[in-house]
Order: sequence, then structure tokens, then C-alpha cells
Amino acid sequence: MRLSRTAKVVLGCVTAAGLALVYVPLLLVLLNSVNADRSFGWPPSGLTGRWWRAALHSDGARQALLTSVRAGLAATAIALVLGTLAAYAVHRHRFFGRRTVSFLLVLPIALPGIVSGIALNAAFRTVLEPIGIGFGLFTVVVGHATFCVVIVFNNIGARLSRLAPSLAEASADLGARPWQTFRYVTFPAMRSALFAGGLLAFALSFDEIVVTTFTAGPGTRTLPIWIYENLARPHQAPVVNVVAALLVLLSVVPVYIAQRLSSDTAGGRL
Amino acid sequence: MPAAPASGSRLRLTALLAPPLLWLTLAYLGSLAVLLLSAFWATDSFTSDVVHTWNTDNFHELLTTPVYRTIALRTLSIAAAVTVIDALLALPMAFFMARVAGRRWRRPLLVAVVTPLWAGYLVKAYAWRVMLGEDGVVNAALAPLGLHGPGYGTTAAVIVLGYLWLPYMILPVYAALERLPGRVLEASADLGAGAWRTLRSVVLPAVRPAVLAGSVFTFSLSLGDYLTVQIVGGKTQLLGNVIASQVTLDLPMAAALSAVPVVLIVCYLAAVRRAGALDSL
Repeated sequence: MRLSRTAKVVLGCVTAAGLALVYVPLLLVLLNSVNADRSFGWPPSGLTGRWWRAALHSDGARQALLTSVRAGLAATAIALVLGTLAAYAVHRHRFFGRRTVSFLLVLPIALPGIVSGIALNAAFRTVLEPIGIGFGLFTVVVGHATFCVVIVFNNIGARLSRLAPSLAEASADLGARPWQTFRYVTFPAMRSALFAGGLLAFALSFDEIVVTTFTAGPGTRTLPIWIYENLARPHQAPVVNVVAALLVLLSVVPVYIAQRLSSDTAGGRL
Repeated sequence: MPAAPASGSRLRLTALLAPPLLWLTLAYLGSLAVLLLSAFWATDSFTSDVVHTWNTDNFHELLTTPVYRTIALRTLSIAAAVTVIDALLALPMAFFMARVAGRRWRRPLLVAVVTPLWAGYLVKAYAWRVMLGEDGVVNAALAPLGLHGPGYGTTAAVIVLGYLWLPYMILPVYAALERLPGRVLEASADLGAGAWRTLRSVVLPAVRPAVLAGSVFTFSLSLGDYLTVQIVGGKTQLLGNVIASQVTLDLPMAAALSAVPVVLIVCYLAAVRRAGALDSL
């Protein structure tokens, strides 16, 4: 396919414009966090570091961050175990209902968050509350883990399908027991995929708000919930701006790590 | 990878499958079942308590009230519009990234597309609220041209949803274009096809499953969204908003309403699956 010079330039311009559009709102968030005005207007009236100092001392934000990290770590741990097991079953075995299993795993992220959210809410209300388990961090973790499994499943599955089964067979032929084969052959080959899957799962949990809203109960506040609750409060707006800016800046970290890990896990396997 | 039908292998398979299937059945399918059941219950209009008497009033109301039909159609058209816009933007961008830009540029471009995915849904929706506000950047930029931005409303909702889900469309399309062997494109040119012909007969069929896979995300995420609409949509009401506002007041009605997006998405997944798109999800 020989593209004319004009076609290449046009494609390049579309891409550049698209990327510019993607980054303008994010830059605005950064600018907004150092804007001297309380309410945001364009152009900003002056620069200040005041809000950053205020945000550092905000107990609400710190508590919410801690809750988000806890929920994310717990959900990621569960998703890593369940997703890896499922990926092994689907990619290393042939069995009846194999496609149904993959379909079932995708369902929690394919269905809208609001449906998953109120389904979990209704189920917790009818089943868990009568036996004394109220809404809290536990119910949030259950909800998050459910849709994080598919992320791990996809990452491990992609790696497994590229990994020749003959390696494991060779290991078995050489006398390794299944556990030894896993420990010395399969696990090292999958380590970066596990890490990337875990990273994506954590990020998904960290950012999730809809399912969280319906599974958290009044006392549990993750960072997105905190942001959402404080959006409407004018005197909290500057602190919310700083937290938002911080999230934009921090978003570079996982991408950088994923890039360093491997070429096929550019944060792309959703 | 043929699995020997030995009993050891079957035991291993059971051990592998049992925990994830048990979790998904108990935590997810179980919850969906409870939701479906509660759609057939009623609500005491005085106390807002759920009354466990079996009836189909909610579905009857859902199908006969014109407002619900309007909202369902509006939601469907917004989800479709967002999907089409994202596909139209993603195709040239992914094509440039995978096929035109030099090898050294591919990685940085991919990173540039992926990074905003991590910046947070709320942060981005909120950024657009600031952009589209009366004193926002959009109005400031359009003022010299004598134009006015869309403000908050349905158009804003489409723009912001399209913005939020764009990477979900670019990534699969990019992956598909990168996998496309260069020889195929050369062969097409050797056989006398011009750029347009090659695009239509070779490139587009090759990326079709990827576009469909991306559309599962853009379509489904738009269909269920209610926060973006709350933040920039003005008075626009979508299915998600109605469901969310009904949950505490009338859970059975909310449950019946959520059957609408579920049915739409299951139909969509089934259609897309036949085109083989779910394999590249």
C-alpha cells in the first residue's frame, strides 16, 4: 500500500489533533490546582501553592486514599489467584463449556457498572445483612474483585497462549514434578504478565466509582467517592483540584512500569 | 494443546476451575439472579419497603410508560453515537501509529494514548465540566470566531463519553493493524490496487473484529453511564440516571429498568461474538 505524501500528512495531523485534544483537559486539571481563584474561570488570575499545602493536611483525602489502596490490594490479590487459575484452565485444557467460562468472566465488565452495582447491592441486602455482615470494605472488595478477575485472566491468557506447552512437557520429561515445573519453568515466564495484570486490576479498582457507590455503605469512602462527594462543596473545591492533579501526575507511573516490563503488556490488554 | 483424558488431568482441571467459577457464580450470577427476582417484587409506596409479592407490574409499567421508552431510545442513540465517533477517530489515529509513523515513534505514541486511561474517570469528567462551563476554555477559544460552546447538555455528554472511552477503541484497532503483515499490503499494491482499494478490501476487513471488540467497551460503558451525564449532561436523563435514582426509593422498579441495558448488551455481545470479536477482547 503506497500512501501519498498528502495522505500521510493528513493522518499525522489527525493523530496530533486527537492527542492534543486528549491532553488539553488533563493540563487544565494541573493548571487548576495552582490557580489562585477558588472557583475556576478562564484565564486563571494567578498562581499559588496554597491548595497543595492544604491538600497535604486534608484528613478526609488521606483516609480515602488509604481505603482505596486497601480495597485495591485486596481485590487485586483475589483477582490474581482466580484469574490465573481460570486462565490455566481455559488455555491449557480443552473441555466442554470452555467458551462459556470466558464469556462468564467478561460479563462483569461487559455489563454496565450500574447494573453490577445494584445487583451486588440487592444481593448483599437480602443475603449478607440478615446474617450480620454489613456494607463496608469487605463488600467493596467482593465487588471489585469480581470485575478485576477478567483483567488478570486476559493478561495471563495472552502470555500462556504464546508460551509453548512443549517447555512444560520438556520439564516433565526431565523428571520435574508438576509443582517443580511450575516453580522453575512456568512461573518465571509468567511473572511480568502477572505483574502487569495485577497493576491493571489495581488501577481499575482504584478508579472504580459506580460499583463502589452501591457496595460501600455510608462509612467507607474510597478516593473516587471522596472526590465525588466533595465536588459539590465549594470550600473543598481547591483540595479536590489538587487531588485530581495528583492523580493525573501519578498516572505516568503505572504506564512507565508496564512499558519497562514487556512489549505486549503496554497497559493495553484490557 | 490436547489434554489427555486421564483422571489426573480432569482432577487438575476441576481444581483450576472450581475457585473462579464458584466465586463468579456466588458473587456475580447470584447477585444478578437476586436483581432479576426483585424486579418481580413490589414496593410499598408509603414506607418504600420491598414487599415480596410476585407480580409483573414493574415490567408492565416499563413497557407502557412513554417516558421510559424515550429515555431508553435516547440512551441507545447516545451509546451508538459515541461508538461511531470513537471508531471514526480511532481508525486514522491507530493507522498512523501502526503503519505510517516510524518504528521509533510507535511506542511513545502508544504510551501517549494509554496514559490518560490511568488519570481517573472522575478527574477527566470533571475537567470537561470546567472546560465546557460558561467561563470555560471552550467558550474562550470559540469566542473570537463568534461561536459559543455546547454548554452542559446532551452534546456535552456525547463529547465527554467519546473522550473517556477513546483509548478503549484505539488500543484493539492499533493491535490489529500492527499484526497485519506488510506483505499483504504489498501484494495488494502489486495486484494494482490503489490506496483506497487496499484500504477498503484489505485493511478494513482486517480491523473489523478489533473495531467490534472496542465497540463492546464504548457501547456498554456509555449505555450504563450516569455520572458523566450528571456532571456535564445538564438536564439530560439516561437509563443509568433513572436506575440510580430509583435504587433507594423503589428497588424493584430499578431492577426492572436495569433489564433494559442488560438485554441490549447481551444482544450486542451475541452479535459481536458471531463476528469473532470477543476473541480479541
